[in-house]
Amino acid sequence: MSLLPFCQWLAGTPGSIALHESLYMYPLVESTHVLTLCVFLGFAVMWDLRLLGVSFTNVPMTQLKQRLGLWMTGGFVVMVTTGAMLFYAIPVRSYQSIWFRMKVVALVLAGLNAFVFHRTIDRRIEEWDTDPVPPPAARLAGARSLVLWTIIVIAGRMIAYNWFDCDKQPQRPIVNALAGCVVPAEGLR
Amino acid sequence: MLLPYFQWISNTPVSQAIGHSSWAFAVIESVHLLGLAVIGGAVLIVDLRLLGLGLRDQPVARVAREVFPWFVGSLIVMLVTGIGLFMSEAIKCYDSRPFWVKMASLLLAMIFAFTVRRKVALAAEGHVRPIWLKVVAVVSLALWFAVGASGRWIGFSA
Repeated sequence: MSLLPFCQWLAGTPGSIALHESLYMYPLVESTHVLTLCVFLGFAVMWDLRLLGVSFTNVPMTQLKQRLGLWMTGGFVVMVTTGAMLFYAIPVRSYQSIWFRMKVVALVLAGLNAFVFHRTIDRRIEEWDTDPVPPPAARLAGARSLVLWTIIVIAGRMIAYNWFDCDKQPQRPIVNALAGCVVPAEGLR
Repeated sequence: MLLPYFQWISNTPVSQAIGHSSWAFAVIESVHLLGLAVIGGAVLIVDLRLLGLGLRDQPVARVAREVFPWFVGSLIVMLVTGIGLFMSEAIKCYDSRPFWVKMASLLLAMIFAFTVRRKVALAAEGHVRPIWLKVVAVVSLALWFAVGASGRWIGFSA
């Protein structure tokens, strides 16, 4: 099932057109998206470094969670809201961007990683709360998170570039397949 | 007055190489963004602490010491990648108001971070009146926000 018709419909809605064509609103939303990176990802990196036993080793994990959790949640809400708005402004091109798709996959994996962390090693946090170097499962979760968020940032930044855009044909078949490009058959072009 | 220097910079082999590559700018920009997340976190965690928020069970000096290597490390990454981005479009930057706003606020932010803010953060509780901790934090946040916002705006003002 393709979401392309939905994205095409979305692109025709007045709000999407207004945001897309706005002189200041789109740059403002994008700037907010980028700068909120400092709050959400900046603290997520600190959190992951604590999980890895690299930084804040003398701060209990529960304290870090308690004191940074609200800021990270707030930052995350802003990131998702502005991110959704950016998609809403340019739905079809974003949907057919291999970078956007890569970003979504990495986001899902990062969410899964966080979910597994909370369901497993985080359940026994009182056993390792004050350990300077947390147990392997926690360190692994921290490392996975750092790798995934690095991919998310890079892929996110690359969405702006049109190297692999569907309207830039010919592309390699693998690119067209991954991006979900609708390419006319060879003879029809 | 500075234009000849900017022209000279834009003609160096490094500038030309980055400018003519289809992906070099994008890659450097991505690293610049990753650095942003780290430096943003390192700045925020100390400024929030100065404001009595965030890691408030820890002494200010400890938080400041803990993130100092990350702050300096990410600042170096930011400067190196930033210079690379600048070199590839030196002339565009010369004509860009946000670029000059960014350079001015960056200079102030760095001076402030390594002098007043560092001194206050390390001395902190008991030696500095609480109101000054908050003033330092607000000034720091304002300066770094100006750097980030004007930096992002260079890209919009073609």
